[in-house]
Amino acid sequence: MSETIVIAEMNNNAIHPSTAELVAAAGALGSEPTLIVPCTDASAADGATSWNGISNIIAAKSSAFENYDAAGWASALDAVMPQGTIITGTSPQSKDLAARIAGHRGMPVVQDVVKIDGNQVTSPVYSGKAMQTVSLGGASVISVRSNVFSPVQEGGENNVSVVDTTGNIATSVQEFMERASKRLDVSEANIIISGGRGMGSPENFSHLEAVADTIGAAVGASRAAVDTWEAIPHSMQVGQTGKTVNPNLYIAVGISGAIQHLAGMRSSRYIVAINKDADAPIFKHADYGIVATWEEALPVLHNKLQTMME
Amino acid sequence: MPNIIVLVKQVPDTNAKILVSGESVDLSAVKMVMSPYDEFALETALQHKEAAGGEVTALTVGGPGAEKILKDAKAMGVDHIVRVETSSSMDTNALQTVLKQAITNLGAEVVYCGKSAADTGAGSTGPGVAARLGWASASNITAATFDGGVSVMTPGNGGNVKLSVPLPAVISCDKGNLKVRKANIKGIMQAKKATVDVHTIESPISTVTVVNQSLPPAKPAGKSYQGGDAAAEVAQLLRDEANLL
Ligand SMILES: Cc1cc2nc3c(=O)[nH]c(=O)nc-3n(C[C@H](O)[C@H](O)[C@H](O)COP(=O)(O)OP(=O)(O)OC[C@H]3O[C@@H](n4cnc5c(N)ncnc54)[C@H](O)[C@@H]3O)c2cc1C
Repeated sequence: MSETIVIAEMNNNAIHPSTAELVAAAGALGSEPTLIVPCTDASAADGATSWNGISNIIAAKSSAFENYDAAGWASALDAVMPQGTIITGTSPQSKDLAARIAGHRGMPVVQDVVKIDGNQVTSPVYSGKAMQTVSLGGASVISVRSNVFSPVQEGGENNVSVVDTTGNIATSVQEFMERASKRLDVSEANIIISGGRGMGSPENFSHLEAVADTIGAAVGASRAAVDTWEAIPHSMQVGQTGKTVNPNLYIAVGISGAIQHLAGMRSSRYIVAINKDADAPIFKHADYGIVATWEEALPVLHNKLQTMME
Repeated sequence: MPNIIVLVKQVPDTNAKILVSGESVDLSAVKMVMSPYDEFALETALQHKEAAGGEVTALTVGGPGAEKILKDAKAMGVDHIVRVETSSSMDTNALQTVLKQAITNLGAEVVYCGKSAADTGAGSTGPGVAARLGWASASNITAATFDGGVSVMTPGNGGNVKLSVPLPAVISCDKGNLKVRKANIKGIMQAKKATVDVHTIESPISTVTVVNQSLPPAKPAGKSYQGGDAAAEVAQLLRDEANLL
């Protein structure tokens, strides 16, 4: 395999820990990558100086990285990245960037990779109902899902070269709108607890929120919940026409497990289902299935988690 | 008045069971539909026309079978329907190069597409085509207003961001609060008579090639419990067995 480049996942001008998994993915493709850190302040790159498995780190410093603009980020990164196969994460922004950079460089892109074997990479297709393996015939851009590769460990010693770059920003920000809730969004969270129509009313989502706040989870919802109740916004919807999530733990409460809901969450590492109907399809996908009403199960769950987290 | 193009793709109905025969997915018995997010793109394109004038062209790349979704788009109110004939399976570089050429040939100020197609789930087309055209792009938008350019709402910075998108641009659409219009009888009648413009465009060689398709590995059966009290045991197992929490 030719040269590989990992574009660090960023969060508030700091390297997101999942980047260490992307470095491991580059290793699986057969080379120690150049790690590119898009930043406004080069100290952001310090987070990776002690990682193993990296050939060198480039802190790509530019005011273009203040806010996300696909054209601006792709041009600013293109100017400082070597040629080769490029690896990104799979947050909505990272997948967008992956495709934009591939377009910029006239390369193909393969998204949502969950397995790497030589130059063959595998991704879910048809909402996870099938897997597709493709062979990369040349330099490509791939986005790699989190919780697939074990992160590289500490113990290395990498130098950071700081390179100033500029991007052609196309869009302009009119306004930032705060999220109504302080909780994580389902697309960012490593634990998600979601409610469906079985919750009975939007007020009852407060029981899910209580559990979420105990374990640092995000609260999600099925489409039936979003469509039925005004108070449950579409931003919470998981599934085919909502968000695709890939957390370590997904807790489905009062959700039947329709194929379109599964499409958005079936690749979660662990799935817990609470449903009063023992025949609900969600149980076929659950690692831990509890046949009970949420009225019975959630208070017990909440209490236990509170004791465990103390 | 803007020339508006909306990219639409034919995919298996999301309710369909996916079968694999040999080394590849067998879609012969599956009902094909317009990819759900493309309907939001189509609705946004039609609203753009209603606000700013111009014409809407629905564009797809695919075989003759894909003309059904073009007729569906026509019934909903687009002005023109165009299909680009494909020879074989294409990687994203080949497909997006073809789309870039088709868009250049048709001429457009703004292109809408779904945030991802229901078959690949990739979401590469909008930003990839925009890069190849050298245009602005905004992705996963949940609302749009039309004022010379386009203002969109997109997720970002831990909340939502309202962006001004200068034209020309490619904009990919999420669901948001859009209600997609239904075709009326007049539209359906017009769609029946409409002719599809068929174009042929040379595509570059694909370097990414499909090796095989398979069903996902079956998940081992999980543990099942009766009654709410079991939730305490499950919480403990999430720590002890699953190493979570
Ligand atoms: C094109 C298309 C796209 C779609 N996209 C999505 C999507 O993105 N996301 C999505 O979720 N759906 C989507 N759907 C809808 C999907 O088909 C289902 O209708 C939906 O997921 C059902 O939501 P639900 O499980 O909350 O409701 P239901 O199917 O009504 O299930 C409610 C469940 O709650 C249980 N229950 C009831 N009371 C209790 C109680 N007290 N305690 C415990 N359990 C209880 C019931 O046993 C039942 O299993 C889509 C459909 C289509 C056609």
